[in-house]
Amino acid sequence: MTEPAHATPDRAASAGHGEMVVSVRDAVKHFPITQGIVFQKTIGHVRAVDGVSFDLHRGETLGVVGESGCGKSTLSRVIMGLIPASSGSVNLLGDELVGMRERDLRKVRRNVQIIFQDPYASLDPRMTVGGIVGEPFRIHPDFAPRGDRRGKVQELLEVVGLNPEHINRYPHQFSGGQRQRIGIARALALRPQIIVCDEPVSALDVSVQAQVVNLLERLQEEFDLSYIFVAHDLSVVRHISDRIAVMYLGKIVEIGDETQIYEHPTHPYTQALLSAVPVPDPALRGHREQIVLTGDVPSPANPPSGCRFRTRCFKAQDICAEEEPALVSRDGSVQPSACHFAKELDVIHATR
Amino acid sequence: MSATQDIKPADTVGIGREASEKQSRKEAARSDALGFDPSAPLLEVEDLHVEFRTREGVAHAINGASFSLSEGETLGILGESGSGKSVTAQAIMGILDSPPAFVTGGQVRLRGVDLLTLPEESRRLVRADRVAMVFQDALSSLNPVFTVGHQLAEPFRIHRGYSKQEARKEAASLLDLVGIPAASGRVHDYPHQFSGGMRQRVMIAMALALDPDVLIADEPTTALDVTVQAQIMKLLADLQAERNMGLILITHDMGVVADVADKICVMYAGRIVERADVHSTYGNPAHPYTKALLESIPRVDLKGQQLATIEGLPPNLTRLPDGCSFEPRCSWARERCRVDDPPLYDVGAGRQSACHYYEEVLGS
Repeated sequence: MTEPAHATPDRAASAGHGEMVVSVRDAVKHFPITQGIVFQKTIGHVRAVDGVSFDLHRGETLGVVGESGCGKSTLSRVIMGLIPASSGSVNLLGDELVGMRERDLRKVRRNVQIIFQDPYASLDPRMTVGGIVGEPFRIHPDFAPRGDRRGKVQELLEVVGLNPEHINRYPHQFSGGQRQRIGIARALALRPQIIVCDEPVSALDVSVQAQVVNLLERLQEEFDLSYIFVAHDLSVVRHISDRIAVMYLGKIVEIGDETQIYEHPTHPYTQALLSAVPVPDPALRGHREQIVLTGDVPSPANPPSGCRFRTRCFKAQDICAEEEPALVSRDGSVQPSACHFAKELDVIHATR
Repeated sequence: MSATQDIKPADTVGIGREASEKQSRKEAARSDALGFDPSAPLLEVEDLHVEFRTREGVAHAINGASFSLSEGETLGILGESGSGKSVTAQAIMGILDSPPAFVTGGQVRLRGVDLLTLPEESRRLVRADRVAMVFQDALSSLNPVFTVGHQLAEPFRIHRGYSKQEARKEAASLLDLVGIPAASGRVHDYPHQFSGGMRQRVMIAMALALDPDVLIADEPTTALDVTVQAQIMKLLADLQAERNMGLILITHDMGVVADVADKICVMYAGRIVERADVHSTYGNPAHPYTKALLESIPRVDLKGQQLATIEGLPPNLTRLPDGCSFEPRCSWARERCRVDDPPLYDVGAGRQSACHYYEEVLGS
């Protein structure tokens, strides 16, 4: 179970999850940088996603973590078929999205839905809740006949813990947590099998955050959903995820199950990320391994040679500039880790 | 510029107090004349009341908040959105929009002087010079049409009467102080040319320009990545220790506070419901709200289980309940809580809790 790039059915079975629902191989998304007004000339590419491979199984939650600009959101949109991949393969429930016609994409897409970060921005303030949650039915009219829709919307509202009588209210009449529930109801409308959660709780207060996380977990069980959970709050990701992929500058640098990543991180970036998370326990102050990274993420338009993390890495040596480390298991790590010097380091417990 | 003294060589122009004390060249506005007593406590907020008079009614944003801060101390103010943490900060700074906001009672004493009684001109002198603030969203707090150097130089020119060149030099050394690489070259850059973390560093530099005694940081790292957050928190802690500033850290992130605060105020619906040192707050909370907040954080040993939640919503500030504001959401609530608003009880060892049943909460 160490090689997600060559996952076998055995591996899926051993993880206690069903068949594969998403399979991504070497997905690449480069955005062109153009210059000129009349004659546009491509002068470079932003390598937002640069060769990413992973699988997602039925009922499983894959957490994707990384700093802003690492390509998490582009990746989630590539999986949804909202942004076509530049190359590679994105297989969704047996259908290959790369190169698919827009008309066919539309049909496939109903199986993947998304929950956005900001419940204030992702709901149209001039639409009623009924209109928002029922909009997917308008786009896919074969899913629910017109007469059925109101009942279906009310059912959805009930499922996410909202009062079905509030169907004619507008988003501003709800609190942040309730609005996120509206977004979740909309995502559930077409009974998708996969839901991409793009920072679904980042904008919420702690107490409300817990409510939404609980709801997401309940829905996963109820509808056998697979989640791709993109977030930067590592404690929430740990709570909800079965497996976690750590991304840096368009690449996965380490991927493994929750215990591997959190208890036995081997990539220096994973370690730095984990050590940077403040722990709500003042007793641990000064007793944890502290890795403070210097500088910012380099530009994805011009990533460093060799290992992309080397410019900020505390372990970097000459080889890191010359040879790009592959995402494989090494002596120092059970799970695949893209570092020449992968070695376990405990960063979340008191070690000093 | 009517500078009469000799211009000092560039390398002796330091930042902060030493430099400012040497400055007498221009009749610059100073806060010294306001009668601050160096032996008085640094900052004391007592029974602060703030209300917002809106069309929907009067929202009681702060209902009697009291706390104090001494030199070199870090006070964490914790609370959810709408609990009044930012309004408290703005009231101390004197930057509340009025109307609709009105300070209706209480005192904010800085070195013995009640800031709330000062006329606006005097408060302007106190801002930046004595009390400075770092805001959450650095991009919207910086002016996009002026260079960073220009904005950083402003406090020196306005409060200290420096010449343009001198102020520009100070700006560069400030950027250097907050760890911006190649600082002297970057003073000519505009805010949009900086990354999020770098912008927040610029904000901190600006706040520290005149070496304030109190720094208020309102959610300074909320918009940043964890790795950058760690950098910024370290920078704040280092600068605070170096300058022996009092630091008020306003946040909803229980982790950040646990890492840096000495003492904590937990706010709910405009009141401080618990006040204690950081170890007691996290180790053995004395208020049901604090306890519930701590329990709603995902923890490793709770993996696979439901997270504890606080059901319901914070009360509408225009219609606060008669009794305890937390009563409708509280699992300890009884009949008495509905009618009798609990005062801040002393619960021992310098801690207070606004709960009638704090003993049970403590013992649980």
